[in-house]
Amino acid sequence: MKLPCITGHLKCLLLLLMLCLSVLTINPVLAASGDEQFMNALQQLTAKKFNQKSQAISEIENSRHSQVKPVLNALLTGNLYYRKSDKVVFIVQKQDETFQLIDVLSDQQVAEVGKRTLKKISINNTLRSQLRSIIARVDLSDPNADVRRSAVQDMMKDMSLDAVNLLQEQLVIERSEIVKETIQVAIALYDIKSDDKATKLNAINALGDSVHPEANNLLKYVVSKDADGNYVENDLELRLAAQNAISTVETKLKIYSFAETLFFGVSLGSVLLLSAIGLAITFGVMGVINMAHGELMMLGAYTTYVVQLLMPNSIEYSLMVAVPAAFLVAGFVGILIERGVLQFLYGRPLETLLATFGISLILQQVVRSVFSPLNRSVETPEWMSGAWEINSALALTYNRLYIIIFSLIIFALLILILKKTALGLYIRSVSQNREMAKAMGVRSEWVDALTFGLGSGIAGIAGVALSQLTNVGPNLGQAYIIDSFMVVVFGGVGNLWGTFVAAMSLGVVNKFLEPWSGAVLAKIIVLVFIILFIQKRPKGLFPQKGRAGGN
Amino acid sequence: MAHKSIFMSMLADDRGGKIFLSLLAIVTIVLPLLNLAVAQDSAFHISTFTITLMGKYLCYALLAIALDLVWGYCGILSLGHAAFFALGGYAMGMYLMRQIGDRGVYGNPELPDFMVFLNWESLPWYWYGFDQFWFAMLMAMLIPGVLAYLFGWLAFRSRVTGVYLSIITQALTYALMLAFFRNEMGFGGNNGLTDFKEILGFSLQQDATRVGLFVITALMLAIGYLVSRFIVTSKLGRVVVAVRDAEDRARFIGYKVESFKLWVFVFSAVLAGIAGALYVPQVGIINPGEFSPLNSIELVVWVAVGGRGLLYGAVLGAILVNFSKTYLTAALPEVWLFALGALFIIVTVFLPKGIVGLLQQMKARKVKEQKNESP
Repeated sequence: MKLPCITGHLKCLLLLLMLCLSVLTINPVLAASGDEQFMNALQQLTAKKFNQKSQAISEIENSRHSQVKPVLNALLTGNLYYRKSDKVVFIVQKQDETFQLIDVLSDQQVAEVGKRTLKKISINNTLRSQLRSIIARVDLSDPNADVRRSAVQDMMKDMSLDAVNLLQEQLVIERSEIVKETIQVAIALYDIKSDDKATKLNAINALGDSVHPEANNLLKYVVSKDADGNYVENDLELRLAAQNAISTVETKLKIYSFAETLFFGVSLGSVLLLSAIGLAITFGVMGVINMAHGELMMLGAYTTYVVQLLMPNSIEYSLMVAVPAAFLVAGFVGILIERGVLQFLYGRPLETLLATFGISLILQQVVRSVFSPLNRSVETPEWMSGAWEINSALALTYNRLYIIIFSLIIFALLILILKKTALGLYIRSVSQNREMAKAMGVRSEWVDALTFGLGSGIAGIAGVALSQLTNVGPNLGQAYIIDSFMVVVFGGVGNLWGTFVAAMSLGVVNKFLEPWSGAVLAKIIVLVFIILFIQKRPKGLFPQKGRAGGN
Repeated sequence: MAHKSIFMSMLADDRGGKIFLSLLAIVTIVLPLLNLAVAQDSAFHISTFTITLMGKYLCYALLAIALDLVWGYCGILSLGHAAFFALGGYAMGMYLMRQIGDRGVYGNPELPDFMVFLNWESLPWYWYGFDQFWFAMLMAMLIPGVLAYLFGWLAFRSRVTGVYLSIITQALTYALMLAFFRNEMGFGGNNGLTDFKEILGFSLQQDATRVGLFVITALMLAIGYLVSRFIVTSKLGRVVVAVRDAEDRARFIGYKVESFKLWVFVFSAVLAGIAGALYVPQVGIINPGEFSPLNSIELVVWVAVGGRGLLYGAVLGAILVNFSKTYLTAALPEVWLFALGALFIIVTVFLPKGIVGLLQQMKARKVKEQKNESP
């Protein structure tokens, strides 16, 4: 009685199982239904006649499959084959005598066979140009502007009428300025070879608007002479137009290179500003010559390194964590230095110089012992790498751009702290007249410690910025300490705006000297200039007025 | 009495100086004897290496005296004194370079190796004359002196003092370092000048030459000390001290403060140049690293450790610090920077007058205690 019942149950179970299995096997097919059109079209490529193949190519394009480009590229370079036995299409990589078959959909190598089992899918010139324009079109519709731009740049090498038409279509819908510029150059490159004078003239004028290096080369070619001393271009009017275009291009290039140098100068200036403002506080406000300032920056840079070690999976956000962390670490060390050593040395600036130099040596050796004397690499987050390409002649790197912005923010914050907060009020009062401030009830020792902590903390933040520009090593600080002192002394001690002006002007002057004299000589010239300047105005650009500036 | 000896009157109240000079005389006589006259396997034999090391220390001591003159007596903390030392060294190095002649790797009789390597056609004009010993020695004193004169004339006249002066002297040596690192300067760039063969015809590899250099260095140190002592005990020296202690007051009394400062500064630079010129043949190399600001600051610490404003304190500091540096960098290389850093801090915070100051303090306390006990 019971047995059939059990068998019935079993049958039910089996049925269920089979159902499950069938669903499992059907599922991928459902998911890959987009592949179907693509695969069908591929199959048609195995046809004999070229017009059939051409139709197949169009269909492949229409399928908008992600593998369209590799397949068509393979076809164009003669690397697309089908297996004679079952007419399945493969991309082939030839290696010595064997052919490696690569699956069209998965890009995986599936088999290795001899030549005989395969047949190449042949193409003719019509198909070739069709393929080229399709590949270009695919690239041009890529969402990434860089891909579009490099596609245009590729097309520039060998312009055809088809390409021009394609580019003209793209020009209407293109949004990126820099891609637009490249397209215009490409079109002009084609037009300039035409026989029609008006078209040529237009092309020359269009090239004059562009700072693309290719455009400039072509214009120079138009006005050049050939080996026999005859002009390449016979028409005088065209030559004059080209000459005009060249001079406008050159003016533009000059402006852009000026802008670029200015940008480099300002970015160097903001690095100097970052490294010098901490010093400006400790030196200017407290009269302490902190030779360990560079090492506090180094600590900030190492903090960045440690933060990145602690959060390896979120490098993107590491800098957000590193900035406050570096401020705290360096600020804490600064307060330790002030309480431990400097408080015994007030009023003896030269002694503070020696003592803090000793501290800097100790900090360097600590870092060497803890982290090794070798440079550590700090990673740059994605959003800070790369460059903002304004046009083909001017590109601003993001890391420098962000550092400029960052240093301005820090500077503004510092001004706010000094001008608008109670701490700032105390700091200013102590720096102007310590005795009087004490008499009014300001705890000057406490203010000293906090001021030194603030200056040191800012050095730590500067270290975070530096970690994005240079190597992080035990000697990081030494490279910047003399420059920072120069900035503070040049700007005028005790004056943050002076520090700002000094940092920016020294940065810009340095970068403008560099192409003319070389980097090292530029630095020497700037140093000598400051030495001479101090003789002329011993209190810097903006000397402190009144009694505070007296000593 | 007046003519009996300036020498004796100068040292009359300089007990430390007398001790120093006697010790120097003993060392100068005994060490060479132990090196040359005692057999190599004897326990009393002193190796040439040690002699050269001692010679190096004595050069440093001379440099420290030079700094003590400007810092201890004149109150000018120069953070660029190693620059004058290095310039003197380069002058000597150029002479030694020219002495190599055609024995260099490239065998060029005229050009030093690095110039051949850089494809230079002919000797730059500023190398002319350096094949003559007297000219090179003149330059070893003249170049630091002229640089110090120009720099000091500008700085003291516009009354750049204190911290500002320290920072721009540091900038000076830093700028010189960067400049000498450049190959285009024609001083061997990064590698500097090295591979010296002989000096005045004596091979630098021979023990006798090394001992001779050591003796000459000791002599120069003694002379340098005496001349410096003469300066600080003279009327000029007292004015200089007055300038240190109250510059404005000295100026109001009618002294031309700038010129006093300037002459002491220039003399000090010349002394540093001589020290550098003596240093180079003994260590066998001069490179831009000698200009590095760190060297100048280390020099300041020697003087601070010994005790400034005493001359022999500077000598003591230079020898002590460098001796411990040689010992520690060999035995415990990791500890050296910790030790040096700690030394900076301890000396500035606890020993403002250096070791000599500490000794004097202890002695004064003893005398006081004895006085208290006696009645």
